[in-house]
This record gives sequence, C-alpha cells and structure tokens, in this order.
Amino acid sequence: MQKAIIEKAKQLLADGTVNRVIGWKKGEFAYDSTPAVFESAEELENEFVYDDFTASNVSKYLIKESAKEGKVLVFLKPCDTYSFNQLVKEHRINRENVYVVGIECWGKADIEKIKARGISGIKSITNNEGTLTIETIYGTESIPTYEVMAERCLSCKSKKHVAYDELMGEEGEVIDSNRFDMVAQLENMTSEERYNFWRDQLSKCIRCNACRNVCPACTCEKCIFDNDNSGVANKAPADSFEENMFHIIRAFHVAGRCTDCGECSRVCPQNIPLHLLNRKFIKDINELYGEYQAGEDTESRGPLTAYTEDDCEPSVVHERGVE
Amino acid sequence: MLMMSTDKLDELFALIAKNQTLYLPVDTKDATAEFTKWTEGVKYSNALNTVRSAKDFFFPQTEDLVDFKMSGKNIEIIDIRKEAEDFVLFGVRACDAKSFEILDSVYLTEPVDSYYKTRRDHGTVVTMACTRPSETCFCGAFGIDATAPKGDACCYIAGDKLYIEAFTDKGRALVDSVSSLFTEGDTAELEATKAKTKKILAQLPLANLSTEAFGGDKLTELFNSDKWGELSESCLACGTCTFVCPTCQCYDIKDFDTGHGIKRYRCWDSCMYSDFTKMAHGNPRLTQLERFRQRFMHKLVYYPSNNNGEFGCVGCGRCLSKCPISMNIVKVMKALEVK
Amino acid sequence: MNNDTLIPHLGVVTDIRIDTPDVKTFRVVSPEGGKVFEHMPGQCAMLSIPGVGEAMFSITSSPTNTEFMEFSIKKCGCLTDWLHLMDVGQQITIRGPYGNAFPVETELKGKDLLFIAGGIGLAPLRSVINYVRDKRENYGSVQIVYGSRSKDDLVDYQEIINEWMADDGIEVNLTIDNPQEGWEGHVGFVPNFVKELEPSTSKTVLVCGPPIMIKFTLAGLKELGFEETQVYTTMELRMKCGVGKCGRCNIGDKYVCKDGPVFRYDKLAELPNEY
Repeated sequence: MQKAIIEKAKQLLADGTVNRVIGWKKGEFAYDSTPAVFESAEELENEFVYDDFTASNVSKYLIKESAKEGKVLVFLKPCDTYSFNQLVKEHRINRENVYVVGIECWGKADIEKIKARGISGIKSITNNEGTLTIETIYGTESIPTYEVMAERCLSCKSKKHVAYDELMGEEGEVIDSNRFDMVAQLENMTSEERYNFWRDQLSKCIRCNACRNVCPACTCEKCIFDNDNSGVANKAPADSFEENMFHIIRAFHVAGRCTDCGECSRVCPQNIPLHLLNRKFIKDINELYGEYQAGEDTESRGPLTAYTEDDCEPSVVHERGVE
Repeated sequence: MLMMSTDKLDELFALIAKNQTLYLPVDTKDATAEFTKWTEGVKYSNALNTVRSAKDFFFPQTEDLVDFKMSGKNIEIIDIRKEAEDFVLFGVRACDAKSFEILDSVYLTEPVDSYYKTRRDHGTVVTMACTRPSETCFCGAFGIDATAPKGDACCYIAGDKLYIEAFTDKGRALVDSVSSLFTEGDTAELEATKAKTKKILAQLPLANLSTEAFGGDKLTELFNSDKWGELSESCLACGTCTFVCPTCQCYDIKDFDTGHGIKRYRCWDSCMYSDFTKMAHGNPRLTQLERFRQRFMHKLVYYPSNNNGEFGCVGCGRCLSKCPISMNIVKVMKALEVK
Repeated sequence: MNNDTLIPHLGVVTDIRIDTPDVKTFRVVSPEGGKVFEHMPGQCAMLSIPGVGEAMFSITSSPTNTEFMEFSIKKCGCLTDWLHLMDVGQQITIRGPYGNAFPVETELKGKDLLFIAGGIGLAPLRSVINYVRDKRENYGSVQIVYGSRSKDDLVDYQEIINEWMADDGIEVNLTIDNPQEGWEGHVGFVPNFVKELEPSTSKTVLVCGPPIMIKFTLAGLKELGFEETQVYTTMELRMKCGVGKCGRCNIGDKYVCKDGPVFRYDKLAELPNEY
C-alpha cells in the first residue's frame, strides 16, 4: 500500500497535477509518524510512510495548505474524507487547490494499547497478514492487530470515501457500527453515576488544548477560550472550570458539524474519552432530527442550522431529562 | 546497603505514611500510571514513568499567590501563604529527579520563589532506579544514570529485594524512620542488575543521541537555522509537550474575581500558545515557527547558556509519547545537528 | 516565610497629570508616605489593579526625588485604560524595582550625553535626564532630541519648557511629525532630525521610542560615525513575574526583566532579532 501511494504521489508530482503532497513522515520509531508536506520524489521515497500507525487526520492542514499557491495532493482515509467534506462545506478549504486521493484503511493500531501490555523497548513492528510482530530489546512479541486497534477504529462508521478525485484500491461501505453503544450505556446510568463518570474523566484534563487544536471542526481563527479578556483562562484548570465547562462547551460548538473522526480522544494525553461527548450529540441529533452524518456531503444543511416546522420543541430537554 | 524483601513494600509505605503524606506511582484504569496519595490497599506501580511528571508536587499546575480585598479606593493585600506539610514522593525516576535540579536553578535563585521553596523544603524525594528503560528514554544524553538516580534517598529493586540508600539529611531521616524493616545486606545481586540495565541502556535506539551541536555558544547559528520552518510546520500549537514536561517552568499570573475578592493565582503557561508573548501593541513571536523555536532553543541553548552548559531537558521521553503529531525534541535535535 | 517578590506593596496615587490625549503621569507614594522603594534610572516596577491586571512600567521619576515615584503611562490596553480612569487617592499595588538601570554611576559618568526619544519613549529617559540634572557635576554636556506625532503628544512638555530648557548646558531639540498651527519648531521624524543636527560622535547616546524609530535612529547614528558601543536603549516585552522566572520576556538567552531592560546596542545586536 505504502509503495503504491508513493508511486501515485510521484506520478502526480511529475505530471504537474500537483506541486506538493500532504501525508505522513517516518518517525524515530516504528509508530511515530508526523504529518508533513513533501515536495519532491526523493523526499517521498525516503520519508513517506503509510502503515498501521499513520493515524493522523490530515484534512485540517488543508485549510492552510489550500490557501497557498498551486495544487496540493492529499491522501485521505475514509473517515478523513468526512472531515474534508465538512471543511469544504464550511468554506474552510479551497477545493480547487486540492487533489484528493482516497486510500484504504484497515483500522489503525494504537501504540498505547501495545505499551499497556508492558511491551517496551520497541525496535521494529511489522504486520504479517493481521499479526503485528514487535521486536523489542527485551524480546519479540506477536499480537493480532485487532487486539490493539484504536478504540475509534473498533467502532468505525465507514470504509467509504465520501470525497475524492481518485481512488486507490477498493471502495468500502458505510458500516452499521456499534459506535453509540457506550453512549447508550452512559444514558442508562443514573444522573449521579453519569456525573461521577464525567467528573472522574474530565478532572484528568490538563488544559493542553490538544483536543481543540487537532479538531477539524474547531477552525475558528480565534477561539473564544483564547480571549484574554474573557475572564476564563485558557490554560488553567482553576476552580474546576474546564471539568464542568470547557469540554462541554466545545462539544456544543461542534455539534452538528463533528464528523466523529475521533482525533480528540486519540490525542488526549490523559486518555479522556472526549469523543463520547460528541457522539452523544450525534446520537441525539439522529433521534431528534432524523439520521444525519456531518461531512457526508458538501451541500446539505445541518439539522442545527436548518429550521423546519417538525423541529423538536425546547421542552424536549425537560422530557428527556426525567429519570 | 540496607535491604528488605519486596514483599514488605506495603509495610514500608504504611510506615512512611504514618508520619507524612506519601505519594507514589499507581496504575490507572487506562493502563498508565500517575502519582497518587498512598492509602491502605494502594499498590505501587512498576510503570517506567507517570504521564504527568513529578514536578507537579513542587510546581503545581495552578496555585494561589495572594488575595486582595477591594473597597472603594482601598486595597487590602492578604498573604495567604502557608508552610507546606511534610510529604514523601516515592518512586521518582532519575530523569524526574534531575528535573528538580533544573527547576531549582530557576526558582531557588534570588529572588527565591517562596511558594516553590516551601514544598522543596518539606518534600522528601525517594527515587527508584530503572531496570526496564524504553525506546523513548534518552536521559543518558544529558549525563543521567538511570541506574543511579539522585534525590534525598534512592531505592533499587533487584530480584525480590529492595535496597535503600540515603544521600541527604532528609533522606537519612526517612531511612532511619523505616530502618526496622531493613537489614544490612551485600549488594552483589544489585550490582548484577545494574550492570544488566546498563547493557540495555546502551542498546536503546536513542543511546547515541548527541548534544554536541547544542549549547549556549551555538545561539545565533541554531536560531537562524532554516530547519525551523519544516520542523514546526505541522505543530498543532497545543501545550501537551509543555504540560507533560518535567522541566518546563514557565507560568502565567492571572486574577480571578471570586465575588468576595480577587484571587491572584499562577498557572503553567506554554510558549507554544499564541498569547504567550502578546502585548497590547504587538507580538514578537507572530507565528508557530517562532513559538516552536523558542521551546527548543530554551532547552538546548538558552538554558545551558545561563547554567554552565547544563541542558534543560532530562530525556524522560514524555513528549515523544504524548505529542499529538509526534514532533519532539529528539527529532528537532537530529534535524538541527545535520549541517 | 520570607517576603516573596510576587506579593506586591500598596501604593497610593496622590497626583495625576494629563500629559497628552493618551498619556497621564501618576504620582505614587506608599500609604505611610514616602517612596515605596528606591530605584535607579531605567528600572521598572509592576503596577496592578487586582482583578484588572498587572504590567511592567518604567519608573519615570528620578531616584533623586526623595518624596515620590512617577509613572508616565500611555493608554493602550485593559490595565492602562483602567489606570487612566483613576482618581487621586486610588490605591494600586506595586512591586519592584526590576531590571538593570542605565549605567549612570559607571559608564555614563563624565560623558557628554545625547538623549533621543520618540513619543512615550521619553518616559524611561526622563528618569535619567532628571538624575543627570541633579548631579550635573558628574556629567558633560547634555543634548535632548525629542519628537512626537504632534505638539499635543509631547510628554512632559511643561517640564521640558520650564525646567530642562531653562537649565544651563542642556540643549533641547524638539520635533513633531507634521506641521501644526502654533508650532514654530522643527517638523520631521526623529531619525532625520538627529542626522540634521549632526551631534558630535564623542557623545554617549540613550535612545528610546517605537521600534521603527529606534531602528532608523540607529542607522542614522551609524552614518554619523557612532559606534554601537556608544548607544544604550531600553526594551519592553510581555512580562508576568519581573524576575526572570515566568519565562516569557527573553530575547535569546537574556531576560528583559532581569538582564535588561537596558541594553548597550552592541550587546543587543548579538541577540536574535525577536523583539
């Protein structure tokens, strides 16, 4: 796969379709790629990587890149194409300056899950037909990939690319996933249990803002939380402000626009399952306004920005709030 | 050296906790570790390191500095400082122990930061030698021996034995207070374990990371390097690296109106944030390139320049594990050292 | 526990002078009377209104003034807006003194001095000018080149006219950016004015003003034959602690709050251009 992608990128660079490529650059270890822009065949040959660990959703970088001169090639996984579409819909990406090649994704492995097994001193990781062979200075380990798959990939919503100029490999389908199971579990808790669950999780927050900064739906030029005059510090978990407010306000801000890409939870250094807040909104929107998937297309109006006479009344909050 | 069976760890913790609050690394639900207050039943974690560094105990993420009461044109200044209570920080790794020296050089030089100092005065740091370093470890690059950490006292685990040794008065007082659990024993097994760990350390992928290209005398050359653009290109401008870093020491001071008065507090700040140097009339670090450069220049050039060549990094590897885009000091060093 | 520099002292504003449409000069004493602390010319202090903010300001009065300190403050942000709304009798908090000072007792002693200021940039230099006036025998000739956008924007105008210009051995050259009714003095930007005046290169220069003015003034001085080692300036960056710990006001490996704010130009030129 990686080889084919590099060939494709080289070809599109060579024939002048694009003048640069966004993808993933090899890291120090077997699992730590960094999103990067490549400008030559040589760079692509030496540094481009696409494997079990290239998890970053690079669509948000297109805001900056598509504003530049010339066309940029981007390789998007199925879930990334939803973010891409949503950004195009919100006029954040200049579509004309982007050449999208959809690439297959078989689910990404989560290095933290591997390390949680006590595996350390990793020298190399290879994937042989669904089994990861991990060479370490302490010996060799083998793990079936699905056992260490990222949480978000275990409940993948779609293997279908909703936006592309060209597709590599086979097109997949929208999956009838189990992604709302955990939300349903939370809904079935008593309010006290639920409060304690979130309190427990959100109290771990260190206000690094990684969730916000990585989020393809958080594209405000200036975030409300970065306003020095607002009286709410953007970096201090003081007086339990963020535990109660920051993440919840952020979930409100992206409601109806969040495509459920899961980057927020992936990057959280404290492993807070932030995506569950967003999923709760998605589930509620589906139930109250009818099935809706943000980023599925570039034209439709989101349920929270379109008015219809069938819209639920505000009192629904009260009705649903009763235990 | 004094030693005891590791079976008696809980007894050791109970004995320490009788007199002082004891914090030690404990496994969390999501298979990481965090320093946690010890109470009966809490188990010590063998994890290589905690997600949050041990600096939190001396330099917490937020702390109140001073209170004010406002009435009309008058202001009352209320000193809310209290002496810290004695506490023991157990299981600190060599890298984090070294980070305290770096924080000390900032906070304990004149004018001494009394908030930090009272915690340092009242905290006893008991380190734990490493036996199973990870690929993300590179403390050796900064002259740290993971098998022989510093601190007030140090513990070593070899086989089923725990050895303890004190280096300071505070450490000796602590060891004396728990000596009933220990017997004097020979260190053959410990030495063998240390030798084995040293061999592993030498095999680590970052074992040969060089600091030669860095230091105060390389300021202009490194500042003007053309690599910064590419290195900072995909930086998200979050504060993860800063907030998990044991040596990052920058803070902000802010006021909070409680409704009954003003609380002035300080909180960790990050040079990665856009408002870090923003003034009413402009910002000397306009783009992420300048902010990103500041963080690494501080650790690799500015800090050594002001501290006899000591680097402001301890090679704990937290930023390597936690950066959302896997950009980190090792990648920066390797890119910059190539001419 | 020892005093902590982060815990401020109280100060009382006993006089407010309106200098220009956006600059006021505040006189501050301790609640018991007298100065809150001693300082040297060029040093700064952190002033604050709790709940509004805290920021660094240069102390514009000379240390030879034994009764009070003064701060000339331009209205340009949250805290300064608030300070401009204050009435006499308002308490504020103050801590300091911070930073180094102009080397008035060492390198500047016995020298012919040339002060060059633009706009509010006169504030830190006023401390030195009045210090020099009070210890006149220690210094050679004094020349002051000061410019602002308009006549109304000249800070300390009355003091300049009534005191500085009245002193023997002090030459004051004023300029404003554009012609204005009632102004018969020089019109033009400070850097050009300096070049026109052709000051002797034996002088030691103290310059402060907007970055762009400093940049062109320095270029002009070089053209005239001045060396970087003859020129001192004072810097301003965002600060929180004032003592080199909070980590934000560095230029390269130097903290402006601690190693500055006064820099000799050759030393500043060695630092990265990030200010």
